[in-house]
Amino acid sequence: MTDNVHTGSIPDERPPANTVGPVAWLRNNLFNTWYNALLTILIAWLLVKAIPPLLDWLIFSANSFGTPPQVCRQQGGACWTFVSEKLRFVMFGTFPYDEQWRPLVTIVIIIALVLMSCDRRFWKPWLGLMWVGGLTAVGVLMWGGVLGLTYVENTLWGGLPLTLMLSVIGLSVAFPASILLALGRRSQLPAIRVMSVTYIELIRGVPLISLLFMASVMFPLFLPTGVNFDKLLRAQIAFIMFAAAYMAEAIRGGLQAIPKGQYEAADALGLNYWQAMRKIILPQALAISIPPLVNTFISFFKDTSLVIIIGLYDLLGTAKAALSDPAWRGFYREAYLFIGVIYWVFCYSMSKYSQKLERDLRRGHRR
Amino acid sequence: MTMAQTAGTARSFAKGEEIIQCRGVHKWYGEFHVLKNIDLSVAKGERIVICGPSGSGKSTMIRCLNRLEEHQKGSIVVDGIELTGNLKNIELVRREVGMVFQHFNLFPHLTVLENCTLAPIWVRKKPKAEAEELAMRYLRRVRIAEQAHKYPGQLSGGQQQRVAIARSLCMSPKVMLFDEPTSALDPEMVKEVLDVMIGLAEDGMTMLCVTHEMGFAKSVADRVIFMDRGEIVEQNTPNEFFNNPQSDRTRLFLSQILNH
Repeated sequence: MTDNVHTGSIPDERPPANTVGPVAWLRNNLFNTWYNALLTILIAWLLVKAIPPLLDWLIFSANSFGTPPQVCRQQGGACWTFVSEKLRFVMFGTFPYDEQWRPLVTIVIIIALVLMSCDRRFWKPWLGLMWVGGLTAVGVLMWGGVLGLTYVENTLWGGLPLTLMLSVIGLSVAFPASILLALGRRSQLPAIRVMSVTYIELIRGVPLISLLFMASVMFPLFLPTGVNFDKLLRAQIAFIMFAAAYMAEAIRGGLQAIPKGQYEAADALGLNYWQAMRKIILPQALAISIPPLVNTFISFFKDTSLVIIIGLYDLLGTAKAALSDPAWRGFYREAYLFIGVIYWVFCYSMSKYSQKLERDLRRGHRR
Repeated sequence: MTMAQTAGTARSFAKGEEIIQCRGVHKWYGEFHVLKNIDLSVAKGERIVICGPSGSGKSTMIRCLNRLEEHQKGSIVVDGIELTGNLKNIELVRREVGMVFQHFNLFPHLTVLENCTLAPIWVRKKPKAEAEELAMRYLRRVRIAEQAHKYPGQLSGGQQQRVAIARSLCMSPKVMLFDEPTSALDPEMVKEVLDVMIGLAEDGMTMLCVTHEMGFAKSVADRVIFMDRGEIVEQNTPNEFFNNPQSDRTRLFLSQILNH
């Protein structure tokens, strides 16, 4: 009988040496099979071939700010003068040069609003008021015509403020619309369900470019003559419509993941439909939908660059326009790299923030 | 036993003021006839245990009482309000009828305390402080007050079910429905939940409980209802029900659950 009972405790031991440490890591991750070993060697060789010339172009042979373009062309290497020379045009487009502090403040206001909205402590009703106030300020700054600011037509707007306005306003209007669409698609009322499904399937079945074309070319045909509807506004509406349909499907995925018991518990407590959705179902469904939603956010942020085809100059558009300056023709690598970095910073921040949000929301109810 | 006799006994059981009246209730799932001519009256303060084989319609029956399921024929009146398609009436009934589920169905994104205060604040329109005070009182009563700021996922099954009971009690319901409250629990946690339910029964709560816990039925129930294939086959006091079952189906069921 005593053999069946173990008294005392076994002391902790270190794991065997060949399972921990850098050598074990290399063996487990890079050389665990012959084909992985082969891939590792191949990739290492490619990196050795690619990185030094890239660094050379980017940094070592690069011409510093201020080098004239003619010199750059002879020397090879990146010509960062392009960026410093064209910075204001790329950032602000054709906005009157002396007034360009206005789009700059606009960028600051929009980024500040977005950053504030990222902090869950600020998720209070007054945040909505901040947005209304902030966006009004943006409108005043960009258009002007009041408070002693000169009037600037919105055909002159361009660059980063345009990209930010299209995406931030677009996504923040499309998001609540998409929640309603997702709920509508699961509604028990047939008329609402059919309308939501029809809308989502119609819009999703059409490329964004064609929707933008329709907004800019076809839509005016339906308006009575003399009524002119702003081109930027039409593009913005096309974006909202498109983004709402896509996000609705992301949210529907989240809604479907909520167990039936949650609906029943909310019902059994006497909560009405909107209370149950707002307090019980949506907080859980949206938390689940974060990865596909952020995916949509990121892709729409980049898709704002499509407005170039209807003659609006967003960040990509102004970079292209800067390249058409005869003195600076051919520096497309510098131009695209520069705006690529700007896009990347925004998209990567969104991605990072969404990961943080997912962690925060999960922390509470982890088992 | 004929249906007429069971219906007769149903009325004779409910003494005093009736809070639930079911008359000739039928329900179908598509072609499947899941509830057949249910007649049931429940008096205030009565404690009823409903048992029967799985698929006999016992859960469906109590879920009809707060309209989580819709009946297609007959009438159900709860606390003087008839359950029809009228959403306002359904919400009114649900305020007065608490329900505890087999799988607890706590809200995982809210703390224990928030689970308990949500409905009082939003449905009963109580001020937050008052709702929290009420919630803490019921959480103490189910002996889980010290976990008030944890999330449901951090609690054991028995603890979660006790929170679910407290959550229902916070609405000060006139009737409590229990849908197999201990079936999803590990055996060592059944007792803590049953103890809370016994306490509730002692305080005079009107209770309808679908359960396989026959010990609970014997010690607490005023009446045991046996259902099979969608009908109420037999109902009686626990003593009579267990010692002197009338129908063959009841005897068969009792022999299956008691002799193992």
